[in-house]
Amino acid sequence: MSLSKIKFDKKIVLSFWIILIALIIAAPTLLPVFRLNLLGRYLSLSIVALGVDLIWGYTGLLSLGQGIFFALGGYCAAMYLQITSSSEFPNNIPEFFALYGVEKLPFFWEPFRSPAFTFFSIWIIPALIAGLIGFLVFRNRIKGVYFSILTQASLLVFFNFFNGQQKLINGTNGLKTDVTQLFGQMVGSESMQRIFFWVTAILVIAAWFFAKWIVKGRFGNILIGIRDDEPRVRFTGYNPVIFKTIIFSIAGGLAGISGALYTVQSGIVSPQFMTVPFSIEMVIWVAVGGRGTLLGAILGAVFINYAKSLVSEALPASWMFIQGGLFILVVTALPEGVLGWIQGDGPRNLLQRFGLKRKIETYPSLEINNKEKK
Amino acid sequence: MELLLDSLFNGVAIGSVLLVAALGLAIVFGLMGVINLAHGELMMLGAYTTYVTQLIFKLPILKPFYNSYILVSIFLAFIVSGVVGILLEKTIIRKLYGSPLETLLATWGVSLILQQFVRSVPLAYGTGLVISLIIGLFLPTTFPSKVKESINFKYFKFSTWIFAALTGVLTGSVISSNVSKLSRASARNVDVTAPSWMRGQVEILGTAFPKTRLMIILITLISVIVITLFLNQSAWGMRIRAVTQNRQMSDCLGISTEKVDIITFGIGSGLAGVAGVAVSLLGSVGPNVGGNYIVGCFMVVVLGGVGNLLGTVFASFGIGIMTDLIGAGRLLSIWPDMPLPLSNTINFFATTSMARVMIFALIVIFLQFKPTGLFPQKGRMVEN
Repeated sequence: MSLSKIKFDKKIVLSFWIILIALIIAAPTLLPVFRLNLLGRYLSLSIVALGVDLIWGYTGLLSLGQGIFFALGGYCAAMYLQITSSSEFPNNIPEFFALYGVEKLPFFWEPFRSPAFTFFSIWIIPALIAGLIGFLVFRNRIKGVYFSILTQASLLVFFNFFNGQQKLINGTNGLKTDVTQLFGQMVGSESMQRIFFWVTAILVIAAWFFAKWIVKGRFGNILIGIRDDEPRVRFTGYNPVIFKTIIFSIAGGLAGISGALYTVQSGIVSPQFMTVPFSIEMVIWVAVGGRGTLLGAILGAVFINYAKSLVSEALPASWMFIQGGLFILVVTALPEGVLGWIQGDGPRNLLQRFGLKRKIETYPSLEINNKEKK
Repeated sequence: MELLLDSLFNGVAIGSVLLVAALGLAIVFGLMGVINLAHGELMMLGAYTTYVTQLIFKLPILKPFYNSYILVSIFLAFIVSGVVGILLEKTIIRKLYGSPLETLLATWGVSLILQQFVRSVPLAYGTGLVISLIIGLFLPTTFPSKVKESINFKYFKFSTWIFAALTGVLTGSVISSNVSKLSRASARNVDVTAPSWMRGQVEILGTAFPKTRLMIILITLISVIVITLFLNQSAWGMRIRAVTQNRQMSDCLGISTEKVDIITFGIGSGLAGVAGVAVSLLGSVGPNVGGNYIVGCFMVVVLGGVGNLLGTVFASFGIGIMTDLIGAGRLLSIWPDMPLPLSNTINFFATTSMARVMIFALIVIFLQFKPTGLFPQKGRMVEN
């Protein structure tokens, strides 16, 4: 994949950031509440997409189970909110327990009374579970499609578990967060939602810089090495298992943060977050945006979801066709994604095809050498 | 004894559904290395074919043969799913050989489209479309070789497609005007009712077995035998095995690998259709019916070892029997006075969904010890 990075002037970069920050601050006044909420949700989804880009775009591991970690993060946040706002209900436990005749809080709920524990659990628990699953799979050198199938199977394991356990976590109904209290305010209220939007926007930027930092150094080089030729990396003396486990668990942690942010903004977390289609959708955001570009993952997540909500409002039946077509189109015609296409040779090839730009009449190898000199 | 027989039968019944569903996948995945996530949707097409066949056999002309519709639908389902599979191979999968992850994503896209297709297109016109596909794809192959080799063959092909499209539209409108249930698109689930000779139960050794379950076991048995014979005894089977072992060498020796790919994929998809008939006998048929089976099928293939039908058979019956043992809490009835913590654990897992949790967990643990499944392929080339 040839990615000739476009270098921008420092002034342009600076003004871009100023405009972006101004837009984020002004967004709540510019957009109606409904649209703002949607934008906030899609921004939080872009964090999980960043994780997918790290493991798929850079390391070549196609996980179809990111929904597990996404939902776990959501459940951690929702459990804290439910338990801290349950003082008015019988036995001081969340309301839904009464429906199933449960009087004592299940043991694993207890630590979620503490805000500090919750804050860490949102990303540490998904990261640990991702690390464990990853280690067990990678240790056996299970890779490629087998890895994808196993992550999908794990997704179903978690889905069935959360879906079936009414008495522990309200099963298929999920946990509601919009009527709970946080800092003395309703989570679903407008002012809280505005704050969540800003928090999400800041965290997206933070996650982006974090991901860029990861892929920049030697660690990132090894990841790309694993993607392109894993046996060679192993023969050079590196142990790919460790690197794969670490990056998979980082992606899991990002998914957890994303899930928590999504949950507080959509008002509910349910096993629906762990369904098979949702986890595959995450892959298509990255694929359309451009895998291995990071920014493409963010843009892909936001734009595809926005398109999804717009199309579904207008023509409910056609979204599935469009989405299916996107899957087919992006792998057959646009394997580098939109951003990868722009950064690569795409626009030049297009211009050449219409005769707007002169063809470079050299051998491909010379072309590469020329680029490097510049 | 009776309890054991009952449990064994249930396990075999669950396993045979898994087996017939996974058989096509094992062929496509095992022999071609193609991950077909649309396999479940090809099953769904088979199930809908059964439904359409049933309604058409209710028409006055075909009413006397109504009882045999299920046998006819097995053949039709094989053809319908097979043709859709061949189309899929010719248009998309062929471009993606050697990149399994891309194939996985593309076939997922296909599965979304197929799901929405049965929701928003009336089944009568869907049938018409399938008929025109069959004519368009197969009629040109029956032309005499003189025509095939002529320069103008593409015009012949083109006119066949026009003829096919006209026939499709005609059949579609004939069906839609005669069978009112098929003339409108609906996302609701439909039901296939088994013919009278398949309802009720049979008593064997003092235990009653439902006839539909026996029928599914029979369908599975026949499919496995026919496929094994085909792969091991026929000339095309030999070619398929040759291409699986060494594609370039087979190509050099004059085997048309392109044709082999089409035939392999077509048969794998056709078997999905047969599985769809079996599934339609078990419950109602809806656009999502395939999704319930696809992950289980992949587990069967992974557990059994890729490229090995025997492994698929063992794995699916193993999973079937384990599902029944855990899901129905049968260990408790076999050993009633076990210690309390153990029996509590067994009760915790004694539902269908929790049994699935347990089974998948067991498979993941099993793969820790045998990462390549029950019957792995041997050799140095296997790893990459």
